[in-house]
Amino acid sequence: MTQNGEDRPVVLEARGITKRFPGVVANDNVSLKLLQGEVLALLGENGAGKSTLMNILYGLYSQDEGEIFVNGTPLRVSSPHESIERGIGMVHQHFQLVPVMTVTENVILGNEVMRRGLLDRRQAGQRIREISQQYGLPVEPEALIADLDVGAQQRVEIIKALYRNADILILDEPTAVLTPQEADDLVRVMRTLTAQGKSLIFITHKLREVLEVADRIMVLRGGRVVGETTPAEASEASLASLMVGRTVLLQVDKEAARPGAAVLEVRNLQVRDDRQLMAVNDVSFEVQAGEILGIAGVQGNGQTELVQALNGLRSAVAGLIRIAGQDVTLASSRTISELGVAHIPEDRQRDGIIVSYPLTDNGVLEYYYREPFARGIVRNEQEVTDHAQDLVTRFDVRTPGVHVAASSLSGGNQQKFIVAREFSRTLKLLIAAQPTRGIDVGSIEFIHNQIVHKRDEGVAVLVVSAELDEILALSDRIAVMYHGRIVAIVNNGDLSREQLGLLMAGVSLKEAMVLQQ
Amino acid sequence: MAVEGRTPEPAQPAGFRAFWARYSPLFVPILAVMTALVVGAVIIGMTGGDWLAAYIGLWQGAFGSPRALANTVIRSTPYIICGLAVALAFKAGLFNIGAEGQLYAGAMCAVVIGTMLQLPPILHIPMGIVAGAVGGAAWAAIAGILKARTGAHEVINTIMLNYIALRLTDWLIRSRQPLLLGDPLDTSSSRTPFIAESMRLPNIRLGETTALHAGILMAVILVFVVAWFLNRTTIGFELRTSGTNPNAAKYAGISVPKTIVLAMVLSGSLAGLAGAGEVMGVRYAVSTDFISGVGFDAIAVALLARSNPIGILFSGLLWGALLTGARLMQVRAGISIDVIRIIQALIIMFIAADQIVRWLYRIPQRKPGEEVLISKGWGG
Repeated sequence: MTQNGEDRPVVLEARGITKRFPGVVANDNVSLKLLQGEVLALLGENGAGKSTLMNILYGLYSQDEGEIFVNGTPLRVSSPHESIERGIGMVHQHFQLVPVMTVTENVILGNEVMRRGLLDRRQAGQRIREISQQYGLPVEPEALIADLDVGAQQRVEIIKALYRNADILILDEPTAVLTPQEADDLVRVMRTLTAQGKSLIFITHKLREVLEVADRIMVLRGGRVVGETTPAEASEASLASLMVGRTVLLQVDKEAARPGAAVLEVRNLQVRDDRQLMAVNDVSFEVQAGEILGIAGVQGNGQTELVQALNGLRSAVAGLIRIAGQDVTLASSRTISELGVAHIPEDRQRDGIIVSYPLTDNGVLEYYYREPFARGIVRNEQEVTDHAQDLVTRFDVRTPGVHVAASSLSGGNQQKFIVAREFSRTLKLLIAAQPTRGIDVGSIEFIHNQIVHKRDEGVAVLVVSAELDEILALSDRIAVMYHGRIVAIVNNGDLSREQLGLLMAGVSLKEAMVLQQ
Repeated sequence: MAVEGRTPEPAQPAGFRAFWARYSPLFVPILAVMTALVVGAVIIGMTGGDWLAAYIGLWQGAFGSPRALANTVIRSTPYIICGLAVALAFKAGLFNIGAEGQLYAGAMCAVVIGTMLQLPPILHIPMGIVAGAVGGAAWAAIAGILKARTGAHEVINTIMLNYIALRLTDWLIRSRQPLLLGDPLDTSSSRTPFIAESMRLPNIRLGETTALHAGILMAVILVFVVAWFLNRTTIGFELRTSGTNPNAAKYAGISVPKTIVLAMVLSGSLAGLAGAGEVMGVRYAVSTDFISGVGFDAIAVALLARSNPIGILFSGLLWGALLTGARLMQVRAGISIDVIRIIQALIIMFIAADQIVRWLYRIPQRKPGEEVLISKGWGG
């Protein structure tokens, strides 16, 4: 699709965009050209200025300097209304949908078709069907959003933009929430869209996808454009070092595991979710000292509930959990934590950190009551401060100080701080759920190395991740979870990436082996 | 990616603007009070009153003489203590609207100890204080346990408990057959007997004619105790964490239900102390027209101070001053005492809708986590 791109008209152009926030230049003289019918991938770490740039293009922010042209004419006012009017649509990473309303209602929201003062649902539904067929976006107009899976919700978001006649689509981290198969579907949709003349800006940090789908690649670092390339000229390694500004090891360097005694034993565990449905169904596995067991699976297949049960945050309905020989099936989270179990939670801002608290308080979140951080009920502020300082230094957390609120740190640094806290005590078992979700390449590398380091010290490690690449990079053994069950436990290397992807999608182990032949 | 668009920590440009950007949020409550006074002046003006005379009257009535000052301080004491009660619950994510009922429960318990026992003051006064705290704590515990066990919202339950406490007090005082806690010598049957001399709080003499009871000392001590408790103890940490982010609290191994009950008990004991303080220092009995409304105004006092204990010392004093000064304002300017209530209501509105104040005075927007913490949604 890259051939004679120069002949195509420029649909969107940004010239010398500069955007300053107090104390930081988020975009520094950034220029960008989007040609009709191409996919422009925008790569960059957290804080590189990708989102700022997109929010400027979409009219949510106004730039301090520079101009934006749509089809050659300048964009005057910075407002999403103006941008939509001029054919720019955006699919946000966090969907902007109302769960209790139908697909049609969500699509027409804010753009209602009226007939004699009443909503004309039929006509709207008709148009949605047309769009859905034209671009290969299967979705039922009368379905409730809440009943749709993540992939379908994303299609609704895309339809929403197309319904408003968008010719330019900005996709913000669209694959972050998708299964490998769903991501493939999305790639197909993106191809259909460009084939029919739509132009796409694709924001991501997954290098493999960029190489697969983009026509051109632009890399941002520190608010500046640091490189423009094409998939033909680039490799994952070259893109990663462009993003980070130094060479990055994409493979975790680790030696073979030397497993010891079983630290975590799970037998026939059953756990219900909030809706009382069986989320974890008859799951059995064990993790030995000195090994990393990775649990692969698409989000929402019971991993969250499994991890909560292991940490005492949700009670099991049946089965047995034993940690270091002790039955902890119904133990409290504090009892489990005191056995030497660390937990990196999947949703750091929900569970792992209190954004309004300073790092000092966050640094002792689970052991605030223990010596030397408290004596009796009286806290020892000096010890708490020293501890936070120590975590920040040892794990290279970028922060102006330990007394600032956690909210002022980037996601990667928040995560590093959590990892530092969890690693700072004597551990037998580490449970890491989505340990690198939404953080930059440099921090991912660091956290991965720390996890392997803990394994080598003899800690049993359970890694739960929706990113198959992460599972492959870290695990010694891999368990695949699907619909609340563990469908296979294999040694890392026994199955190909594709076979694991099939297992994650519910194909049986036998079929996966056959299909692969 | 979600964090990327956030405005980073502002660097510090020099001069006044930097100072304003950094510290002006602290002035929001003060500016809210000033704005309310200005709007109040406009209202007085529109009703044909002389706002200047009114405000001079208000000032002199509250602070103009040692006597006025003493009255202000006495009037403020229950607001400060009760404000602490509400603030402590706020910090734990609970909206304790029941301070009023807890205050009555504490006051009645103090009356029982004060009328039934004869003890030397050194024992009797502490017992009265403890009785007040226990009464308020027990009353609040009901709502706390209901919330922790069943998830029943504390707002509903504390309101209902207020009604029960008020009606129960009324009945205990008025009932003649059987005679319960009413004073047989009081012909109007509108109060309890007076408590023994030995349980009355000692007076602090200020010159010839004025005296303060020791309740204000208790209030000031409690301000610092609550501040220390919230910020410097592990239990305070548990309370704040449960209030700020219950999920993280669970993750940290804190028992959220236990913390809810504890927070309500502590909040109720403070409200009960406010009731006991009034009985032991000011009225020496509970009457049917006991200091009603203090428990509700305490919510305003806590909000005005953004639940900061030290701030409550000042917002409580302001509340007492407005009410104390109102009488002289009425005399001087000939306007209704209700104007003070209007001004108080305006202050609360400007605090609750602090966007207005921020917009008026160009104060930077709140950063995440700086919101006035009231309580979680109704589903909470």
